[in-house]
Amino acid sequence: MRRLTLWIGGIIVAVGVAVLGVFGWIVGQPGPTAFAKGSPVDLAQYKGPSPVGVPTELAGADPLTRGKYLTEAADCEACHTIKGGTPFAGGRAFKLPFGTLYTPNITPDPETGIGKWSDADFLKAVHKGIAPGGTRLYPAFPYASYTMLTDEDVLAIKAYLFSLPPVKQETPPNTFSFPYNQRWLMAFWGAFFNSDKRFRPIPEQSPQWNRGAYLVEALAHCGECHSPRNLMQAMNTRQKFAGGEAEGWTAYNITQDRVSGIGTWSAEDLAGYLARGHALGRGTASGPMREAVELSLSKLSPRDITAMVAYLQTVPAIRSSQLPEMAGPAPAAHKQGPADNPMGKRLFEGNCVSCHAWNGQGALVEEAQLTGNRAVNDVTATNVAQMILSGVGTSTSGRPYMPSFAAAYTDREVASVANYVTARFGSKPSSITPEEVGKLRAQN
Amino acid sequence: MLHDRPDPSPASEDARHGLSRRSLLGAGVAIGGGLLLGVELIGGRSAQAKDTEGGARFNAFVRVGRDGAITLIMPAVEMGQGTYTMQATLIAEELDVDLAQVQVEHAPPDQKDYGNPIFVAQITGGSTSTMGWYLPLRTAGATARAMLVGAAAAGWHVDPASLRTENGVVHDDANGRSAPYGALADRAATIPAPREPVLKDPKAFRLIGKPLKRIDTPDKVNGKVQYGIDVMLPGMKFATLAACPVFGGKVAHVDDTQAKTVPGFRQVVVLDDLVAVVGDHMWAAKQGLAALAIEWDYGANANVMQEDLYAAQARAADGAGVTAQKVGDAPGHLKDGATYEQEFELPYLAHAPMEPINGTAHFKGDACEIWVGTQAPGMAQAGAAAALGLKPEQVTINNHLIGGGFGRRLEVDGVIKVARIAQHVEGPVKIVWTREEDIQQEYFRPIYHDRLRARVENGRITAWHHRVTGPSIIARWLPPAFQKGIDPDAVDGAVNQPYDFDNILVEYIRHETPQVPVAFWRGVGPNSNVFSAERFISHIAHQVGVDPVEFRRGMLKKSPRALGVLNLAAEKAGWDTPLATPESGRAGRGVALLAGFGSFLACVAEVVVPDDGDVQIKRIVCTADVGQMVNPDTLTAQIQGGTIFGMSAILHGEITIDHGRVLQSNFHDYRVLRIDEMPTIETYLVPSTEKPGGIGEPGTVVVQPAIANAVFNATGVQLKRMPINRALLVKGAKA
Amino acid sequence: MIQLTINGEQRSVDVPPDMPLLWVLRDVIGLTGTKFGCGIAQCGACTVHVEGAALRSCQLPVGSVGDRKITTIEAIGETAVGAKIQKAWLDLEVVQCGYCQSGQIMSAAALLASNPSPDDADIDAAMAGNICRCGTYVRIREGIKHAARSA
Ligand code: FES
Ligand code: FES
Repeated sequence: MRRLTLWIGGIIVAVGVAVLGVFGWIVGQPGPTAFAKGSPVDLAQYKGPSPVGVPTELAGADPLTRGKYLTEAADCEACHTIKGGTPFAGGRAFKLPFGTLYTPNITPDPETGIGKWSDADFLKAVHKGIAPGGTRLYPAFPYASYTMLTDEDVLAIKAYLFSLPPVKQETPPNTFSFPYNQRWLMAFWGAFFNSDKRFRPIPEQSPQWNRGAYLVEALAHCGECHSPRNLMQAMNTRQKFAGGEAEGWTAYNITQDRVSGIGTWSAEDLAGYLARGHALGRGTASGPMREAVELSLSKLSPRDITAMVAYLQTVPAIRSSQLPEMAGPAPAAHKQGPADNPMGKRLFEGNCVSCHAWNGQGALVEEAQLTGNRAVNDVTATNVAQMILSGVGTSTSGRPYMPSFAAAYTDREVASVANYVTARFGSKPSSITPEEVGKLRAQN
Repeated sequence: MLHDRPDPSPASEDARHGLSRRSLLGAGVAIGGGLLLGVELIGGRSAQAKDTEGGARFNAFVRVGRDGAITLIMPAVEMGQGTYTMQATLIAEELDVDLAQVQVEHAPPDQKDYGNPIFVAQITGGSTSTMGWYLPLRTAGATARAMLVGAAAAGWHVDPASLRTENGVVHDDANGRSAPYGALADRAATIPAPREPVLKDPKAFRLIGKPLKRIDTPDKVNGKVQYGIDVMLPGMKFATLAACPVFGGKVAHVDDTQAKTVPGFRQVVVLDDLVAVVGDHMWAAKQGLAALAIEWDYGANANVMQEDLYAAQARAADGAGVTAQKVGDAPGHLKDGATYEQEFELPYLAHAPMEPINGTAHFKGDACEIWVGTQAPGMAQAGAAAALGLKPEQVTINNHLIGGGFGRRLEVDGVIKVARIAQHVEGPVKIVWTREEDIQQEYFRPIYHDRLRARVENGRITAWHHRVTGPSIIARWLPPAFQKGIDPDAVDGAVNQPYDFDNILVEYIRHETPQVPVAFWRGVGPNSNVFSAERFISHIAHQVGVDPVEFRRGMLKKSPRALGVLNLAAEKAGWDTPLATPESGRAGRGVALLAGFGSFLACVAEVVVPDDGDVQIKRIVCTADVGQMVNPDTLTAQIQGGTIFGMSAILHGEITIDHGRVLQSNFHDYRVLRIDEMPTIETYLVPSTEKPGGIGEPGTVVVQPAIANAVFNATGVQLKRMPINRALLVKGAKA
Repeated sequence: MIQLTINGEQRSVDVPPDMPLLWVLRDVIGLTGTKFGCGIAQCGACTVHVEGAALRSCQLPVGSVGDRKITTIEAIGETAVGAKIQKAWLDLEVVQCGYCQSGQIMSAAALLASNPSPDDADIDAAMAGNICRCGTYVRIREGIKHAARSA
């Protein structure tokens, strides 16, 4: 009996240690730039040109111009604006597995916005995820990245937001279920996963790299979507940039892996993709990435884009096993290619061929090229299905765009076209099911 | 709430006058000499000579110039249905000229001279062109011929009866003389028109009944044809527009700062309910519109949802109806015995003609000239004039070939908007709706709710009760035809069925949905009524275990023509042979019958419904007895096209209202049938010498219940709401 | 100024490079045979040939055409296949309202030029992007076969 008790006790201890170990492993993650050679220093000690703030071209600009640049670089508008609504007035819904989160109004309206916030309030929210009154913010707000922003930059953003006309618009309450509606629990999350540390440059790296690091890690918060998340929904920096998820879209591997990442992309490819949302034969930004390009990245200075590219090209390669090597050219004749999906073929020939062409090269504009595109080489076909459901681009842009086919096509039809597209243009046919399409549809 | 309504034309009291009341007017001298003929349409409303064009009368169908040029003025508008060829054939037949010898012109707006005798208004629609014009146009041709012959006879001092005509020449065989029509035109104009010109014996027809080549098509294959949208005028500007996306809403505020930077931008026109941008070309206008920041005041309809509209209509269907047809005592017989009941809901549908709505106008203060393609030129003129505060005669309508009407261009909302915008623009302006605007600012086929009950005794239906609930288009569009609470269109196809049910009650409940504008749509009233009735009859046949063709045959004793097309369709479709088992999925065959538009059609549809519910239409067999055929090739084309139009509707057609606005916007979400979804379509025409009937719409009507019946036959799934919901047809799905 | 070769003629037009070729043809040059139906490459009404390929001019930025040769419905009859298709269209009375037919003919001519004897699947693959609201598909299919036979 006693032995048994000891034995059980031993197991409990062992399990406890293991749990703590796993927990420690989860929590004790490497910092965002830990992969790079050199020893990070506090900004004050850094001798090189400043990696923070606005680019040198704007150094002499008025505070609002600078604030606007940083606000755009941080892409506040995308999340804090409802589709077709007033920018920054909030209300955009994020459908998460445990309920819907509505982004708050960040215009300076005193009642419904942040008009009453002091500088300290704003800093605390952006750096620590704590709103005035102690309300804990959900980490859908990327404060684990924004925490790296300097006080000066955060306050420049605040100054810009406060220069906008106040908009009276209540934010709908979140619809989280228990225990996710217990905001205080976020205190633990923050304690574990928010370093609450400002950006620390690495003197051994080039000034351009450091600038790129600040842009990528802090302002543009790329890792929030492009890194996988751990059990606790925090960025898994051990799998840094190896691919993640955003609003039902797959955010692909952007490490330097040559097969599943962007290791074969030239600096021009990458710069073009960031600045214009398109790199010939590589892909066209869609979904949340397109929003990031339109509202944020396309507004950055060319030098800043180059700095981001320089930084991204140093991110260590990680292979994602589910992303195969890209397929080569596709057949030009409709009779070649997948023969087992007549519904997919029929819908493709009626709705898609006019722009994309049977060979997937894009009949009209290069943005419509399908071959070489990561999404069509993704065997989950998630993003292909998402593009069919949501379209790509907007009717008002003045550029060719793809409309949303969601309203008139069933989940089965969307799935069949998506599977036809991956089979025809990708390296492996996908087999996305109508049920999976239905789930994606529900998120839009 | 719907602005832009034209004042409905004051229709005459004798709206339903018969052809017998027509008489012929004398002829006049056309400009430049020659003969001009008019047919008076309504006794006692004689068209007076118009003195505007050098004393020439212009209320005419036939003009023979001194140079021999023969011009036919077309009262009905060509929108693809082949009516120009049909009308020209009628005149040319009696005039004894070949189609190749004639030129055709659009009639100007003139309700009196060019009003279709069936509507007593200048309307092309409802498959009425052949029905309405068959005798008048032949009479016009015969009259002209008689006068030309009379002129020759007078000149040669011979008996007109001794002369004969051929290919535009009068021959005096006895004396070896002849004279071409052109040489006789001036004199012919002075000959009194015969009161009762003799029409040809159908046995002598050279043109009528032959598959003549269409006269409008050569220019349609080489890019020369001009639709309204192709009008080009010197100094013309281009515009596009946005009306409030919520019906009935208004413009609250427009900021055009950004728009002004668009290259080619000219001006913004802000009216109470719409905004238009004018530019050097459509692209400038489109980009300018996209760059505008428009705030709308959505008004009262901003929360209207499709389901609420359906629910309200279903509630209305429980109210009191107005009797549209009553034979015997249907409710009494429905109290006991084997009774059946079914309900159907039909969706809003957009016409989506390939040519988007457009118009060009030049407003000059006290006059306005408009270039457009319209099915209702008189209404267009009246509507534009009212909107501009002008008299109708101050508005000139230049009508054009139409790139698809289907009922959409019976509405003149577009013309009115064009006029209102042009009022604020210097010089001529062409205003083109984007497809998005075209679909979202449509006048839709209404939603309808149909409830049917029937009793079966001895294998036949002995009591029939059809309750139609829906809005009245007629009450707005042709008010005098809305009598005693009955919209004759809304119950068309529900009343006067070909079947001999002993007791019949057809009721109409007018239930308006003022939140959504509605209009006639190809197939009009019978579209929904025949759908419901034919679907119901097949349902009952299934319930009582009788073959649906056999079941119908047993109730067609008094309608031999209907029985004829039904038997022919069954024979051609191989109804009595079992359907081949498909490789996968469930096969089904359905039948439907239509007696409407003066014609009789039957249709057999074969479908395969795979386990995933993705209905595939495999084969359509359609038979038609349209009475005397004018052009059998055109009839065939109309049946082919009409059934395809119906297939689009039954498979995909659905407009959904979401927060007061239309969810669909273009062909990516308002689906229409593509060539790769098309089944084989076989058509068979029954020769007949009966009065000619219409054919533009029947194919659309009859194919839909045939397909729905085939789907039911394949799956056993009862679908209440159209279009066919494929999710409910997944094998094993719960309906 | 953008230089274009349209139906064998040199044209220079002063328009923004993003402007779709459709509106350059229709509104600037006055070649209205090419039709506007949807503006989003879903209906095919605006189809023209660019170096012989059937392209939707409503989504083709004029600035991307370069020195490729454009042929429109107005000149397709000057090509052997174009003339054959037009003749077949009249022989079989394919046309109803006609509004979609410029695009149908351009698509059909491109098909026939690259595939002299198309089967049904080839016709579907080439023509499914062209909507005809009048429903002339039966005769379009027959017309293409008829033209193919009339070699
Ligand atoms: S207008 Fe270009 S495809 Fe429809
Ligand atoms: S012929 Fe009218 S749309 Fe094709």
